[in-house]
Amino acid sequence: MPKSAKLQVSTRRRVMNWLGLGAITLATLVVTVPLFLILGTVIYHGIGGLNWAFFTQMPKPPGEVGGGMANALVGSGIILMVASAIGIPFGIGTGIFLAEYGRNVYGDVVRFTADVLNGVPSIVIGITAYALVVITQRHFSALSGGVALGIMMVPTVGRTTEAVLLMVPQSVREAALGLGIPQWRTTLSVVVRTAMSGIVTGIMLAFARIAGETAPLMFTAFGNQFWNTNLNEPTAALPLQIYVYALGPFDEWHRLAWTGAFVLIALIAITMILFRFATSRGVMRETT
Amino acid sequence: MMQVPLKLRVGKQPERESSPEKAPGGQPVRKLAIVSRSLTGRREGRAGDTTFRLLVVACAVSLLVIVGLICFELVKQSSLATHKFGLKFLTTTMWNPVSGEFGSLPFIYGTIVSSLLGLLIAVPLSMGTALFLTEICPAFLRRILGTIVELLAAIPSVIFGLWGIFVLAPFLRIYVEPWLQQHFGWSGLFSGPPYGIGMLAAGIILAIMVLPIVASVTREVIMAVPRQQREAVLALGATKWEVLRMGVLRNARVGIVGAVILGLGRAIGETMAVTMVIGNRPEISKSLLAPGYTLASVIANEFSEATDDLYLSALIEAALVLFVITLIVNALARLLVWSVTRGSTSRSLA
Amino acid sequence: MGVGIHVSHLNAWFGSKQALYDINMEVPANQATAVIGPSGCGKSTFVRCVNRMHETVPEARVEGKIQIGETEVYGRGVSPVSIRRRIGMVFQKPNPFPTMSIYDNVAAGLKLNGFHKRRELDEIVERSLQHAALWDEVKDDLKKKSGISLSGGQQQRLCIARALAVQPEIMLMDEPASALDPISTSKIEDLIFQLKEEFTIVIVTHNMQQAARVADFTGFFLMGKLIEFDKTEKMFTNPADKRTEDYITGRFG
Repeated sequence: MPKSAKLQVSTRRRVMNWLGLGAITLATLVVTVPLFLILGTVIYHGIGGLNWAFFTQMPKPPGEVGGGMANALVGSGIILMVASAIGIPFGIGTGIFLAEYGRNVYGDVVRFTADVLNGVPSIVIGITAYALVVITQRHFSALSGGVALGIMMVPTVGRTTEAVLLMVPQSVREAALGLGIPQWRTTLSVVVRTAMSGIVTGIMLAFARIAGETAPLMFTAFGNQFWNTNLNEPTAALPLQIYVYALGPFDEWHRLAWTGAFVLIALIAITMILFRFATSRGVMRETT
Repeated sequence: MMQVPLKLRVGKQPERESSPEKAPGGQPVRKLAIVSRSLTGRREGRAGDTTFRLLVVACAVSLLVIVGLICFELVKQSSLATHKFGLKFLTTTMWNPVSGEFGSLPFIYGTIVSSLLGLLIAVPLSMGTALFLTEICPAFLRRILGTIVELLAAIPSVIFGLWGIFVLAPFLRIYVEPWLQQHFGWSGLFSGPPYGIGMLAAGIILAIMVLPIVASVTREVIMAVPRQQREAVLALGATKWEVLRMGVLRNARVGIVGAVILGLGRAIGETMAVTMVIGNRPEISKSLLAPGYTLASVIANEFSEATDDLYLSALIEAALVLFVITLIVNALARLLVWSVTRGSTSRSLA
Repeated sequence: MGVGIHVSHLNAWFGSKQALYDINMEVPANQATAVIGPSGCGKSTFVRCVNRMHETVPEARVEGKIQIGETEVYGRGVSPVSIRRRIGMVFQKPNPFPTMSIYDNVAAGLKLNGFHKRRELDEIVERSLQHAALWDEVKDDLKKKSGISLSGGQQQRLCIARALAVQPEIMLMDEPASALDPISTSKIEDLIFQLKEEFTIVIVTHNMQQAARVADFTGFFLMGKLIEFDKTEKMFTNPADKRTEDYITGRFG
């Protein structure tokens, strides 16, 4: 095209082009910064406090140096187990309903409700668990904390389960039905089994999300300075402990908070990596 | 009938003389128990089908029950306050537990302002990132950059707060806020002592926290714009930037608004990080440097200290207000996003 | 040993659209019967009515009578599951269970119906794979390889072995070789020859040469109706109906 053609792009437009493209490139660069910034500071401040004491000792009286978060680690573990015991079955069940029985208006209602529940602020769910369990039991407990977190798991697990079940081709169902396998057994032992790795991914995502939640535990598990493994008593939890220590007046507490943050992130990361590793490899395991 | 010529070979001899060994020892086929059982044609399996279906439906119904319970409990536990204050709860600014006066306007204000501030910062950045990743990013980088943005969403809220208190706030207090006061103090937005913590800090942290979701939904919305739209603008001799502006953004407008509102919903409900950096003072102030308070924060801070029933009830009413606002905002967002992408987005919008 | 299929006044619908019109047919026991006809003539639908797979499609409907041996397939109180256990089905596109090993695939019909006796399962799996002419190729990898890691022809033979493992009396094959290469097709046709000594076989095919090669009897379908049913030899050399003749000579379809 001749240079003098009046169709040539004006300088102004060319400048705008470079500015615009430059702006969005810059935006992307800016957006990648916070992750490294935050992870960097957590590692920097937290790794120093990583020692045996952190994992095995209880918090020392305020002001004293040393101590650990053993009770919070164990407490979190207990609460998360309760949450999983609630969230996983109900989540998978809902997912199966949506995929196999919910291709209709009832399914749409459930789907909509799941999205609503997903968007409810976690503190509101905590209050609901407070009203339902704590008030009834008349005390704080790990159980109520597990209930709150379990409720939060259901929409995520349910929607991802639905999505992967829908991806199982109809031919697999037909093959099973043709063998004379009842409908329910087909769904459970063939379709769900085929989609298992996707379902596990969904569970892992939900788990990683609730593992870091603090607000729902504030008035349910409530936290505990001491050791507790009883489901029916207030229990410490890692994110909750981090929160309390971060706001506390003692430097030692702040140090512990950073280390706690490091451990929390590390645990979430390890969980995600472990799951990814386990599901991508062991597809061929023979089961009963 | 005419004889059809025998072009087709009727019947075929198997290649081997004898069939391969059929069964060890050539035994006749042995009937299994299950096969003979089925000859009776019983209704087996049907009971299993019904039970299974019932179980699965029960799970789905439990979801509805939970949401119902949330609404029910919020309304029930807040009834003391709702009856006492009525609509004034939403319009009065006095929050005094001691005298029993509870007005939530400062919290509503704080929630909205901090969220809007967060969006103000996050939306241009998210949109830029989404455009970059979908339109001009080289393929090998796309996955890495996309993962970095999404990993941000995996960081727990309390860790954002921790970082906010000890890293962001001092930085704001020492460097940013004095600078802002110096250059933009005339606007009145930056008056008052620079604490570091306050509305500005909360806005910045919220911005970082909603970046992933606004970016990822915007990406999906942009990818849903049909290729012909881009090509039509390109064919008119537009520059790349003009294609993005006119061919993509214009068409994705509705969906992008949806993504933004989705981010708003997330910001409104955010509790821990905001509580840790916003200063927790129930006052309405024009200055961004001033401490503030949000609905979620007041609940988080004061719930365990609420000694009398009215106090507790007022806090739960605050929770109810928060719940209703989030409900409306999220519903609006999903409507907009759905209308553009026609159906559920592939990943959960957690 | 196989049983015969007695079809009487069979009608079938997909919603309001009728797919089969008043089919009457006697499929003899221990013989191979081919079902031929142009695309869309209802042959797959017919076969899926026999093992009550047709009703798994939403809004599908069946009227009429089908009897396998002494049992009425659509009798009152008869569960589809029990019928399907007596009938094996092989589909057009091989569909082994993706996340199961070869062993588990073949054993699936038994395991998922509550049969878990290890030694007998081993025996049945081996026997079924031999029946399907697949044993020699996979006997070393039974539990290590997944069902979908096999070639197309092998997968289809795996599906046949899977169907055989539950020891049906009837084998329904819906165009079992149409997705396969000629060598695999030939292997499967050999299989049918051997299988018909123990089972009753109904094979849907759009390949007339295949019908001529393997089937003792043939039924010709056109637009949902059974036009002619006779010994294969007679149908292909001296068809009674002009439409049959037109189809066989390639005038349409």
